[in-house]
Amino acid sequence: MTHVLDPDALPGATPAVHAPLPPYDDVIRSDSAFRAFLHGLPGVDQVGAEARVAQLGTRSIKTTSKAWAIDTAISMVDLTTLEGADTPGKVRSLAAKAKQPDPSDPTTPRVAAVCVYGDLAGVARDALVGTGIHVAAVATAFPSGRASRAVKIADVRDAVENGADEIDMVIDRGAFLTGRYLDVYEEIVAVKEACSRPDGGAPAHLKVILETGELKTLDNVRRASWIAMLAGGDFIKTSTGKVTPAATLPVSLVMLEAVRDFRIATGRQIGFKPAGGIKTTKDAVKHLVLINETVGPDWLHADWFRFGASSLLNDLLLQRQKLRTGHYSGPDYVTVD
Amino acid sequence: MSVFEYAPAPESRSIVNIAPSYGLFIDGEFVDGTGESFKTVNPATEEVLTEVSSASDADVDRAVRAARRAFEKTWGPMRPADRGKYLFRIARLLQERAREFAVLESLDNGKPIRESRDVDVPLAAAHFFYYAGWADKLDHVGLGTAPRPLGVAGQVIPWNFPLLMLAWKVAPALAAGNTVVLKPAETTPLSALLFAEICQQADLPAGVVNIVTGAGNTGRAVVEHGDVDKVAFTGSTEVGRSIARAVAGTNKKLTLELGGKAANIVFDDAPIDQAVEGIVQGIFFNQGHVCCAGSRLLVQESIHDEVIASLQRRIGTLRVGDPLDKNTDIGAINSAEQLARIRELSDIGEAEGANRWQPACELPDRGFWFPPTIFTDVSPAHRIARDEVFGPVLSVLTFRTPDEAVAKANNSTYGLSAGIWSEKGSRILKIANQLRAGVVWANTFNKFDPTSPFGGYKQSGYGREGGRHGLAAYLKGADQ
Amino acid sequence: MIGNDRLAVRKTYKLYVNGAFPRSESGRTYEVTDAKGHFQGNVAWASRKDARDAVVAARGAFAKWSGATAYNRGQVLYRVAEVMEGRHVQFCDEVAHAEGLSTSKARAAVDAAIDRWVWYAGWTDKLAAVLGGSNPVAGPYFDFSTPEPSGVVAVLAPQQSSLLGLVSVLAPVLATGNTAVVVTSKERPIPAVTLGEVLATSDVPGGVVNLLTGDAEELGPWLAEHADVDGIDLTGAPVSRAMEFEREAAGTIKRVIRPPATEPDWTADPGLTRMTPFLETKTVWHPMGV
Repeated sequence: MTHVLDPDALPGATPAVHAPLPPYDDVIRSDSAFRAFLHGLPGVDQVGAEARVAQLGTRSIKTTSKAWAIDTAISMVDLTTLEGADTPGKVRSLAAKAKQPDPSDPTTPRVAAVCVYGDLAGVARDALVGTGIHVAAVATAFPSGRASRAVKIADVRDAVENGADEIDMVIDRGAFLTGRYLDVYEEIVAVKEACSRPDGGAPAHLKVILETGELKTLDNVRRASWIAMLAGGDFIKTSTGKVTPAATLPVSLVMLEAVRDFRIATGRQIGFKPAGGIKTTKDAVKHLVLINETVGPDWLHADWFRFGASSLLNDLLLQRQKLRTGHYSGPDYVTVD
Repeated sequence: MSVFEYAPAPESRSIVNIAPSYGLFIDGEFVDGTGESFKTVNPATEEVLTEVSSASDADVDRAVRAARRAFEKTWGPMRPADRGKYLFRIARLLQERAREFAVLESLDNGKPIRESRDVDVPLAAAHFFYYAGWADKLDHVGLGTAPRPLGVAGQVIPWNFPLLMLAWKVAPALAAGNTVVLKPAETTPLSALLFAEICQQADLPAGVVNIVTGAGNTGRAVVEHGDVDKVAFTGSTEVGRSIARAVAGTNKKLTLELGGKAANIVFDDAPIDQAVEGIVQGIFFNQGHVCCAGSRLLVQESIHDEVIASLQRRIGTLRVGDPLDKNTDIGAINSAEQLARIRELSDIGEAEGANRWQPACELPDRGFWFPPTIFTDVSPAHRIARDEVFGPVLSVLTFRTPDEAVAKANNSTYGLSAGIWSEKGSRILKIANQLRAGVVWANTFNKFDPTSPFGGYKQSGYGREGGRHGLAAYLKGADQ
Repeated sequence: MIGNDRLAVRKTYKLYVNGAFPRSESGRTYEVTDAKGHFQGNVAWASRKDARDAVVAARGAFAKWSGATAYNRGQVLYRVAEVMEGRHVQFCDEVAHAEGLSTSKARAAVDAAIDRWVWYAGWTDKLAAVLGGSNPVAGPYFDFSTPEPSGVVAVLAPQQSSLLGLVSVLAPVLATGNTAVVVTSKERPIPAVTLGEVLATSDVPGGVVNLLTGDAEELGPWLAEHADVDGIDLTGAPVSRAMEFEREAAGTIKRVIRPPATEPDWTADPGLTRMTPFLETKTVWHPMGV
């Protein structure tokens, strides 16, 4: 019997759609080639990664640095509501908060985006016209991703047509965990295509959610990050917020290392969005420190880094008030929506 | 200038109260020494912190006699469980006054507060807590039933981890029923003197712990005193040799924890990001003033460039400066003398043809500073590949095969520690087995624990500290 | 034992180095007599260069011997006892002559020597469990400690007890995985030469044990100073020189067993006291993660 190590790479096989950027343009030539590439990425030692973020977690960010960090963090928030009970009213009130997070202090920066389900993207767009605040919509049968590809693509097109300029998709974790990496890749490529606008306008930015809480290991997080980046994702994002654990610091570290290494190799910068579980200013500052010391200041901007969060914003605002007034504030001094 | 600058975050120094002068701690009391007193400085500023008595031969003799009395009258006859309770008390007192110890240690030593706060002081307390529990379980150490303490232990410790090395020495000695005369390093006496206060707060019987400050002569007097039964020394191999000579022909039991030149071996299948962290942790922890520092990086040729690039990028984020700033990664070199040695060996490295790299980093005007440094193109024949620098200086060598890695790693008169980075379990176990080193860190580096024996092969010394082995070093069995 | 009508074939007593039986490179021999002063033979008188060659041999044999499985080392050492047993009569005769013992006392000494060898043979695969173990560190690491041999150990064998004493200092060095350079009793070397023949015929790899007949006082300083010797047992050193040897050993931080004030009763249970001095403890850390 002849051993065909790479049976999918037989001459004449049709090349996959959308080759990744050089030098990785050939890694998707077959399932086995892609698998070999992904499994050839350096391993991640979990304990070492946890120790690193624990050490960075001891950074003491005070006074002027803290003020800068809070304002920067506010400007990076994707203010999110992803509930079955969401209504146009809820979304409009969220949009109002996005434009003016702290009514008592107009110097407070605006958030980066409002993140909603696709059917409400139009409501958000109308409420945010002219503000520069982005409208992000989750799609692809969010949060589970368990639907046919046609349904997912339709979901994306619908959200884009409704006015979303950012699409937060979920990867097919089932395919990933069974080792069908090329399926995961091709689906991201297909979603990316669906982000384009029929009218020729700028395509929606694609954030690829890995749902790291279901991938379980940091090795998987690194591999999934690379699949998403190779497939053309503009951002890689940790979680849907519907699965625990969500954005942990070790996961963020590994994903930041991935975007760093990808830019070194290809020249293309990919953004990063931790989402879910980031609730306090302290969590946010730890992330900013992590960016600062892992990928550097190039990522310290809302174009390249976002927080997916709902309750985080109010804590940032409370801390901001404390810095401004010198005394501690309370929940009645920030708005609920 | 970076976008995200960290504002200074200094730990308050007001928690420590340094007296204008200090005496010795003998027989439960602070007394003036009869030797000439000396100044101890803050290496980060060269500010004189205080004056400390130097113990003369006569002072050391008084201390040894006090220790002997305590051994015979109080500590020796005491119920073992009660000895343990005193040690538990000391562990708790160290925890209660942890911040004070951390600040004092950083002031006197120059190490970053992050390390004194998160490593030195908690580990020192942990050592007392661990050995406290042993005090009434000595039958189970492995020396047969009813092993006996040795008597008076003379202990001489270095300046790199002043309080932690004190704990490594004092805790097992007392748990085993010995009494001690301890000499802290000349440049870092203050935490030992604060520890004396802890002994007073614990109501530890007089004479059980005696602290004699001073320089080499004081240490010699401790080691050579005729009524000392056990000598434990941590420091340079050179001084270790002279101590081994000094105790020759006596009945003194000896533990030596000496120098090192650890190989940190990175294979091409290593978890690279963690390996880079481990290299940094291995050589820049405590300014490289670590006997087990991973000062020789052995990297597989196929990934040399990638690892060096990552390492340089990472070193660029290290924050060098005020030891009391909570964000400082690398503090001050402990003394002008040590700085001179680091400079000298680095200059020799360059003269011998190795390639020096240092990140752009501003160093304070006053105090003793040396930037994190890596030498590439180092060959095993270079002095920076053989001599212990005891500073933030990494020598990078390469290898092609596992055999070559082991041969180069073992090609040293030292054998204290080593590191292995690989994702392949069976390779790690094989290489760990072949390395002639007392501590092998695989996929980690510079980790310490009171339960874990630590000490060297070859000229890195003998005897172990930590764990059951560390206790046995202060006991004799029925057949001894 | 030998009929009066037959002229005995006498043995040339040589060194045992690297698995061979060379004469001293110096060409020197010295006369050995029994306890009553009767001529026994002209025994090779090892020189410092013989000691140097023996250290090279011991170093060369170290990797294989220390790298063998503990079970294998135990079997090899047990094999030594088996072969000793086969030479029981010869050993009794030689010990009786060397030490001036009655036949029954010589037999007791030889019995004890063989039994001691068996006792140490049984230790090889227990030491790691007794002296090592896992350490419950406060963190996500698996941490274990194992005993490992120090390397090349020089042994100045007891001057009085020509076989039991020799076995009592040599077997622990071998059981722990070290290789040995032994300077035998100066005046009572013949049982040691026979032990060399036993070792040569019992699966102990060449170089693991090197037996130098000669003068501990002369060779002691060379071995104590030798930079490639890791440990030294000064039991057979002259009392007047032992401190000096220990000082010389300090130059390369050798592990040292100090000599007792007088030669001990070798029949006593030795415990671990002769094994632990030439054992290092290696501690290995590894993270536990997924």
